[in-house]
Amino acid sequence: MPRNRVTAVLGSSVPRPRPQPFPSRNRSTLRRRVIVGVLVLLSLVLITVSFRAGSGGPVHSVEGAGATVLRPFEVAAERVARPFRDVYGYFASLVHVQRENSRLKQQVNELRQKELLGQSAQQENRDLRKQLKFVDSPRFPFDYTPVNTRIISWATEFEQQVGIAAGSDSGIKQDTPIVTNDGLVGRVTDVTGSAAQVTLLTDENSAVTALDQTTSATGLVRHGQGQGSLVLDFVRKEANVQEGDVIVTAGKQSKQYPSLFPGGIPIGVVTHVGQSDTALYKQIQIDPYVDFSALDAVTALITHKRTPKAP
Amino acid sequence: MPADAAKAAGLLFLVVVVQLSVMANVDILGGHPNLLLVTLVCVSLLRGAVFGAVAGFSVGLLADTGVFGTLGFTALLLTLAGYWTGRYGETTGRDRAHAPVLSIAVITVLYQISALVLRYMLGEPAPASHILAALAPTVLLNLILTVPVYALTRRLLRPQEWVTREVRLLG
Repeated sequence: MPRNRVTAVLGSSVPRPRPQPFPSRNRSTLRRRVIVGVLVLLSLVLITVSFRAGSGGPVHSVEGAGATVLRPFEVAAERVARPFRDVYGYFASLVHVQRENSRLKQQVNELRQKELLGQSAQQENRDLRKQLKFVDSPRFPFDYTPVNTRIISWATEFEQQVGIAAGSDSGIKQDTPIVTNDGLVGRVTDVTGSAAQVTLLTDENSAVTALDQTTSATGLVRHGQGQGSLVLDFVRKEANVQEGDVIVTAGKQSKQYPSLFPGGIPIGVVTHVGQSDTALYKQIQIDPYVDFSALDAVTALITHKRTPKAP
Repeated sequence: MPADAAKAAGLLFLVVVVQLSVMANVDILGGHPNLLLVTLVCVSLLRGAVFGAVAGFSVGLLADTGVFGTLGFTALLLTLAGYWTGRYGETTGRDRAHAPVLSIAVITVLYQISALVLRYMLGEPAPASHILAALAPTVLLNLILTVPVYALTRRLLRPQEWVTREVRLLG
């Protein structure tokens, strides 16, 4: 056999059909780039239009339509997930149960004392009202109709806003106050037929006139430095605000300075009072009654009165 | 192809609903898992750049309307995420086992940082320290989601069959 004769070829490839590439690879590079460019451009146009339009216009209608389509599915998914979330919450709460237990016991004692104080204060209040013939009585329970609803989207790390499953069809309007059994949650900042967006009290754009229930010192409650914290600002140094004082909404103080919120809704309890020589006002920190990270069901306070427009 | 599009649309719609109603409220070690991003990356890896970009734009728009956000915000980010992941899937990552995990890790970091920058440019609240602190747990949670989501996506959208090179021995 000649030495240079090749008997077999090791490692030679068997001719095979070429691998089927992705469909998009068949398209030209130019076409692919055009499609992506158009999508990016469209997104930028939508951002610009949405950003400029604010809470009105055709973009708002599109958002409303999208929210309406998604809402039933979101409610269904939320209902399916609820048991799992409850179980997770149960086990998560077990971790802190001892500390929570002692804290709650202390809170119960404090509340008992406050209840006694409140009862005597109520009696005192009735007597004073009779004596001074107060004309203004708290009208909040009579002027507002409750609409109970459910949270369908929660606050993110960027925005302190939640979505609720009730909208203008239920009588909710822009700036409608939202509360829970614990206290004030926030106000409606965007509304469609079947859903609404609520800006929480902890949002940096939220502010509400409030007063100290003990001393009647008034101020402005707004977001604090930490996540979910609140401060009571613009309280004069002369006011004798103490730790543990309850802060409630001030309501309509005067015709000149009307409030969006009815008076007497609990906001939180004073946890720290400080003041410096140079500052004009006290520095008061508040622990809100409402746990904004665990909102579930809320109540919208519907009124037929004309409400002032938020700035 | 139309069947693939229908399957992907159904899957992504379901994921948008779950993301908005369930996952948005999940907070584990400060991280927030993004099921929508994970699913989009998996779909894009399997179906390429154009498919990924169109899917990203569509679900982003849907997500924007669902949360009353700035319309086009999520759409822009997800369009780019879908496109880049798709290109990676079409080229270097086409037959690599670690492609989904690597893609999710990189895209999650880029997505979070891009969202932060975009919010800052729009004048919206952009707490950088908070986002950066939550970045590592968010990446970890997304990586945990990757395994089941990629398996499910792979079942729905069968990958293209790659022909391996065969060798014939001695004639």
